[in-house]
Amino acid sequence: MSDMVSTPYFSLAILFFAALGFGLAPLGLAWLWGRVFAPPKPNAIKNAIYECGLESKGDAWVQFNSAYYLYAIIFLIFDVEAVFLLPFAVAFTGLGAAACLAMLVFVLMLVEGLAWAWAKGVLTWA
Amino acid sequence: MAVDEQLKSEMARQGIVVTSLQELYNWGRRSSVWPMNFGLACCAIEMIATTMARWDMARFGAEVFRPSPRQADLLIVSGTVTKKMAPQVVRLYNQMPEPRYVIAMGACAISGGPFKQGYNVLKGIDRYIPVDVHIPGCPPRPEALLQAFIELQKKIDAQPLTGEGRPRFLDVDAQGEFPVPEPGEHDLEPTSNKGVWTVPVVIK
Repeated sequence: MSDMVSTPYFSLAILFFAALGFGLAPLGLAWLWGRVFAPPKPNAIKNAIYECGLESKGDAWVQFNSAYYLYAIIFLIFDVEAVFLLPFAVAFTGLGAAACLAMLVFVLMLVEGLAWAWAKGVLTWA
Repeated sequence: MAVDEQLKSEMARQGIVVTSLQELYNWGRRSSVWPMNFGLACCAIEMIATTMARWDMARFGAEVFRPSPRQADLLIVSGTVTKKMAPQVVRLYNQMPEPRYVIAMGACAISGGPFKQGYNVLKGIDRYIPVDVHIPGCPPRPEALLQAFIELQKKIDAQPLTGEGRPRFLDVDAQGEFPVPEPGEHDLEPTSNKGVWTVPVVIK
């Protein structure tokens, strides 16, 4: 027992359980409160899906067009590029050849992504 | 058990606060009535103004307008209820958890108002759901909404938790579902909820 207390991890373990309790106790109390005190008056309309007052139609598990996902990815290319190009442009006159080469490689990597997307036909939306 | 009012004020002067569970419960309920973020017509603009800095509904614990009926206690029917919109209003009311309250705000919501003769306007939302406070006016000023809210708070405060007159959610047998009307050939079907509203007899 004394061995366990003397280890440096003992206080960490206590903190861990305290943190766990800190998170779980409110959830448990809310659950208990709901079970014991909340006035349950369920009915079919109340238990139905909330859709701004309208009756929900169809399934919620619909598939979204993956074009949006690709759009987000391509946006990221230009976004990241802009973030790095701006300081590069500001400090351009004071930079050495090595820095310019490194930047060129970086931009080419992003351009490669764009070229890939272009070749895949992502940029033309049917 | 009710606390003797005289004894209570006597003890309050001595620095001792005495309360009953009912008072404490109702105090908590009336001090945090969360309205639903829901507006129908021009009255909604006045309702929005009521929540803003000039009238500041937050003073009464009701600034948290919830965008979902699941978290709301109060439905402020602010504006003209068309027959197209009425089923949605009733369904939203049904989807609110107990305890729930309704303020019918403005001439349209309480009776159809200037559009009472219109073929497409519901002549008062109290035909389908129980309304706690009616506010006349076209539109009512924010002060009127505040007063209606204070009236609602008084009503909540005065509700006993047991016996006769207790709120619906503490009454096991009380009606919890309010039928949602369907658009019929000429009018909504049914034209009113008989359990909530009695059809007035027209004498010619």
